[in-house]
Amino acid sequence: MIKIPRLAATLAFGLMTCLFSPSTLNAQQTEPTPPPAATTEAAPAASAPEASLEMRINALESYLQNTNPEEAFKSLKVKKKNDEGVEESAFPEGFIQSQKTLGIAGPGHNAWMMTSAALVLFMTLPGLALFYGGLVRKKNVLSVLAQCLGCAGMVTLLWWAFGYSLVFGKSFNSPYLGGSEYFFLKGVDSAPNTDYSYWISHNVFAMYQMMFAIITPALIVGAIAERMKFSAIMLFIGAWMFVVYFPMAHMIWGVTGLMNGVWNKDAAIPAIDFAGGTVVHMTSGWSALILCMILGKRTGFGKDRMAPHSMVLCMVGTGMLWVGWYGFNAGSALAADGIAANAFTTTTLAAATASFVWALMERILRGHASILGFCSGAVAGLVVITPACGFVDSTGAVLIGVLAAVVPYIFVMHIKGILGYDDALDTFGVHAVGGTLGALLTGLLATKSVNANLDTAVTAAKTAAEPGNGLADFVTNGGLAGVQCQAIALTLVFSVVATAIIAFVLKAVIGLRPTPEVEDAGLDISEHGEEGYLI
Amino acid sequence: MKKIEAIIKPFKLEEVKDALAEIGVEGMTVTEVKGFGRQKGHTEIYRGSEYTVDFLPKIKLEIVLTDALLEQALAAVVKAAKTGKIGDGKVFVSNVEEAVRIRTEETGERAV
Repeated sequence: MIKIPRLAATLAFGLMTCLFSPSTLNAQQTEPTPPPAATTEAAPAASAPEASLEMRINALESYLQNTNPEEAFKSLKVKKKNDEGVEESAFPEGFIQSQKTLGIAGPGHNAWMMTSAALVLFMTLPGLALFYGGLVRKKNVLSVLAQCLGCAGMVTLLWWAFGYSLVFGKSFNSPYLGGSEYFFLKGVDSAPNTDYSYWISHNVFAMYQMMFAIITPALIVGAIAERMKFSAIMLFIGAWMFVVYFPMAHMIWGVTGLMNGVWNKDAAIPAIDFAGGTVVHMTSGWSALILCMILGKRTGFGKDRMAPHSMVLCMVGTGMLWVGWYGFNAGSALAADGIAANAFTTTTLAAATASFVWALMERILRGHASILGFCSGAVAGLVVITPACGFVDSTGAVLIGVLAAVVPYIFVMHIKGILGYDDALDTFGVHAVGGTLGALLTGLLATKSVNANLDTAVTAAKTAAEPGNGLADFVTNGGLAGVQCQAIALTLVFSVVATAIIAFVLKAVIGLRPTPEVEDAGLDISEHGEEGYLI
Repeated sequence: MKKIEAIIKPFKLEEVKDALAEIGVEGMTVTEVKGFGRQKGHTEIYRGSEYTVDFLPKIKLEIVLTDALLEQALAAVVKAAKTGKIGDGKVFVSNVEEAVRIRTEETGERAV
């Protein structure tokens, strides 16, 4: 009884919807007819040409493909003179504003990138803070947390004012540094910046990349833990961001960057680094080594007991790092696409493999599978897969996982002891060694089958007509490892020299270390006026 | 009045407590302590760093009781805490001069 009128109503409503509702669509299919006056939508500017339904569908499909929606409308471009008086083809005035697929972020990609940005921040606060915090002595736990929080606050301000622009701007037109156009995030709004991504908001991109800028200097904290003045650390990091991080990040990821093999056809060193093996882990790790050598060993090193005060906090932090790393690696696809899916998979495989292999080696060689062993292995696996995650397949990821356990294990367990430097929490052994290993393995294991961006006009061979950077050829025929070695050498030398200069200047001007009494009492109470644990 | 201080293996605490309760001991103070005797410590390795740990975790019980209960209590502690292996711990007995129950201000044996 009830069903019949309901059906009738549905049919009637459906019919009306078909007839009247998509009136603009109908209007465009029968092209000459202008849209009916009854529609409430504002008509496009009189001069703007009409986009066909096919063009509009193509633009929508480019959302699914994570490609440029402007391509769909390119036949509507006209010759125009730009600001410098050079003639180029561009859309007529008002056209972009008239299209619902242009100048806006794609919801799916944008949602994933905001999630990823939050995940990467979660890696530092509280992931890394707890991972490192658990490894220091009880009297210094808060100093580590304060240093991580200090990075988050200070780097955010630097990034807003200059950092983002120096890395991702292009007004300097330089392979070494970005530009000044985005200082104070001027013009960085919710519309995509098509230099980097077609479907994510420019401001989301800027915030996502900022999270990388926060965690990189925070990694250095591990090497110099328990013995550096808070003021000296903050000043060091402030200077280091400008001298090392911003230029390095531009060189690797900037669209005009020296070593951006995937996106810069003029890259002199067409290297690849998916999520920051060189930019994040090599720069921080090698800088950490130099800084901890200039700083000197902790008072009582080799005599006093300096065992971790809480392996529980350390494990909790490791778990957070691992989870957050999905934002770091899979998010580096800058889209919720197939490349991100591959990065997600390889990240999991490498981390789990390295964690298990490290603990297994301990069990066989030392008798115990320790929590710190599992944690160290997981972090090492994540570090080594970072530059490779979007370029290698699952087999490559497992291989990387095994090597990520073996090589840093040898460094941390044996070579560190022989060389005698006091890298308190093994930033060098895990991040520098792992990052370097990862950059090299990326060169050996990258394959076009998982990432089509390795085979584009940008990466094509250098010819007179289409000057590509030749990356595709290196990937297919070998030789990429050699290119990666150039990137490794440049990153290493640059980080080491710049860090040494900053550290020696700071040492001369304000001094790097607290007094022995302060160090003995612990940095928590003397530098921060608080204690981590009260009875 | 006497005080028994017993250093025992941590996992034996429940058994010792029950044995003392059975003979009428009404209270005790328990502390987590570290120390060493003839039992050797162990080595902890954190990545490359090795630390020898001489002090092992133990439990210290302090029981103040009347002279009449001493023999029984001593026997109960030793029996319950014994495993027969090195590291079982030690018991010390000493004289107590005075005791006061704070709530009622009772003194001497009535206060324990």
